[in-house]
Amino acid sequence: MTAAIELQDLRKSFGPTEIIRGVNLSIADGERHAIIGPNGAGKSTLFHLISGRYNVSGGTVSLHGENISNLPPYEIYRKGLSRSFQVTNIFPNMSVFENVRCGLMWVHDYKYSFWHLIDRQKELNERTAEVIEEIGLTSRQHIPAGVLTYAEQRALEIGIAAAGGADVIMLDEPTAGMSHSETDQAIALIRKITEGRTLVMVEHDMGVVFDLADRISVLVYGEIIASDTPENIRNSKAVQEAYLGAEAEE
Amino acid sequence: MSEISKTASPATARPLMKTLLPWIGFFILLLALPNIFSSNVGLYTMNLMGIFVIFALSYNMLLGQGGMLSFGHAVYFGLGGFMSVHFMNYIEDGDFTFPMYLIPIFGGLIGLVFGIIIGSFSTRRAGTVFAMISLGVGELMAASSLIFVAFFGGEEGVSGDRTTGPDLMGINFGQDIHIYYLIAGWVFVTVALMYLFSRTPAGRMANAVRDNAERAEFVGYSQRKVRFVSFCASGFFAGIAGGLFALNFEIVTEENLNALTSGTVLLMAYIGGVGFFIGPIVGAVIFTLLQSILSNYTDIWQLYVGILFVLTVMYVPQGLTGIFMMHTAAWRMRRVGSLILPYLRAGVPALAMLTGIAAFLETIHHMRSSVEGETAMSMMGVDFDSHSFVAWIVILALVVVGGYLTRSQLPQLKEAWEMANKPPAQREGAGS
Repeated sequence: MTAAIELQDLRKSFGPTEIIRGVNLSIADGERHAIIGPNGAGKSTLFHLISGRYNVSGGTVSLHGENISNLPPYEIYRKGLSRSFQVTNIFPNMSVFENVRCGLMWVHDYKYSFWHLIDRQKELNERTAEVIEEIGLTSRQHIPAGVLTYAEQRALEIGIAAAGGADVIMLDEPTAGMSHSETDQAIALIRKITEGRTLVMVEHDMGVVFDLADRISVLVYGEIIASDTPENIRNSKAVQEAYLGAEAEE
Repeated sequence: MSEISKTASPATARPLMKTLLPWIGFFILLLALPNIFSSNVGLYTMNLMGIFVIFALSYNMLLGQGGMLSFGHAVYFGLGGFMSVHFMNYIEDGDFTFPMYLIPIFGGLIGLVFGIIIGSFSTRRAGTVFAMISLGVGELMAASSLIFVAFFGGEEGVSGDRTTGPDLMGINFGQDIHIYYLIAGWVFVTVALMYLFSRTPAGRMANAVRDNAERAEFVGYSQRKVRFVSFCASGFFAGIAGGLFALNFEIVTEENLNALTSGTVLLMAYIGGVGFFIGPIVGAVIFTLLQSILSNYTDIWQLYVGILFVLTVMYVPQGLTGIFMMHTAAWRMRRVGSLILPYLRAGVPALAMLTGIAAFLETIHHMRSSVEGETAMSMMGVDFDSHSFVAWIVILALVVVGGYLTRSQLPQLKEAWEMANKPPAQREGAGS
């Protein structure tokens, strides 16, 4: 069986600085995979490379065995990989409902249609309402997304990413800046919407990581130093030295 | 900003009647207008309004809906006009049989063709790059219009005759009222089509790309293609407006596709409010009114339009429509009434101040431009001497006193505004 995501000797440089220095990683279908690492390790850059926001400098990214390196983001999305962002990235002047609907239009095959009236598309609107129900924003669906609270915007962010039914979902620090209770809710939400899909996430909150992930990869200075089950990562000496230890001292 | 989503409003299907009501009202209004303003000037002004309504709405497909600031939208308007006037001449020469009232179709088609050509490279990026390309293309077209004389007619333009087509039930569009109904028909159809466009996936994604082009790419849409679709549609409707211009005035010149016209449409859309579907309609109507009425009274009407534009940009970026829409919350809570008095108290002195400023500008203008030695002038029915001491005292008093009083009323206006917009629960809490 081919892996959902396969990275081979992936590299990225900005000018003379190499940020990602030959990453090899294989993420199996249906796995919940977390990428952890100290600040500046290149986690977000890695996400941008996989999702097409940045072009790769070397190596390949494969999605279900198909090379997707350097494809534009919308092509990658159409092949079934969807992502959220670390900094909330929504359509602020559009209503919550419309935000989610934008995440559904392409997969419902509307493309750039100017011959369908959007409010008449029953199936699309019903599915949108379902997703909004799932992310718990039904009572807020008609207000502009820009005026939601931070936690609500994060939930919306995840909702947009997951709405389209992509089979690989990438979440970049989904719980960053959240309170404890908000984090718990977010975890429950992520668990629910990634059911039966592949999840790749960057996360700083170790509680979330060990709670949610099937496997964890540790990225330090642009290299994966370990990729294993949560227990083995927790017990790994190398990881503790490179990362967890450093975190504890802080 | 919440009003922006008004054009993008609830997805829950509204009752059909409620959706249709504004359109029925619009239709009746278009039918009734010539009975209310039946003078020649009235018809002339309304015809121009109709043309500008379409033009400004097509412009807003770029700016308001799609986040593309264009400085060259007159290209599609002008080309539509030239194409249409040529077809009018073909019909006149008998080369070709076609009903005259459908001529704007050709304008729309050439607008669409040029939209496709120019959009194919200019929609790659929004923002500054797009604005610069639009400016360049606009200048290029304006320059070509003086070079390719066969198509653009050089400096005197191309003229035609709309009455030469086959009659439509005895109507040959010889009378102004006929052309009014012709334009009104086109206005109704195109406004409806442009509204419907905004309610399609392409129209919704145009808003999404305007809001956040990057995220749109991560839900499967190429920002470039989304812009391209809007751009082509916009060119099409601008071309139709140009075609109607040709039918109405029977002459199209270089001026119809140069930067001045591009600037005018930007002004209209912005003054009306680019965040609302009806904003450009309001803008086009007000601009045309200013142009045709104010210009009867003063030579410096363009200065006033310019000042209005600058003030809009600085203080009410949501446009004149936005000012009305700001009151929806208070309106729903039935508290608009409480604002009338504060508005009057601030509005009357503000009006005095504005009168003073206008009098100042007019008097200066009169002193500079009148015949040597002539000092008598009149403004708003008041005759005075532009060099007299008293006149200047009055002007100064109007500005200073009006300004002072307006300023002194602002705090209570602000307070009244906050009272009127407080959520109900909070207000009761404060009251009890």
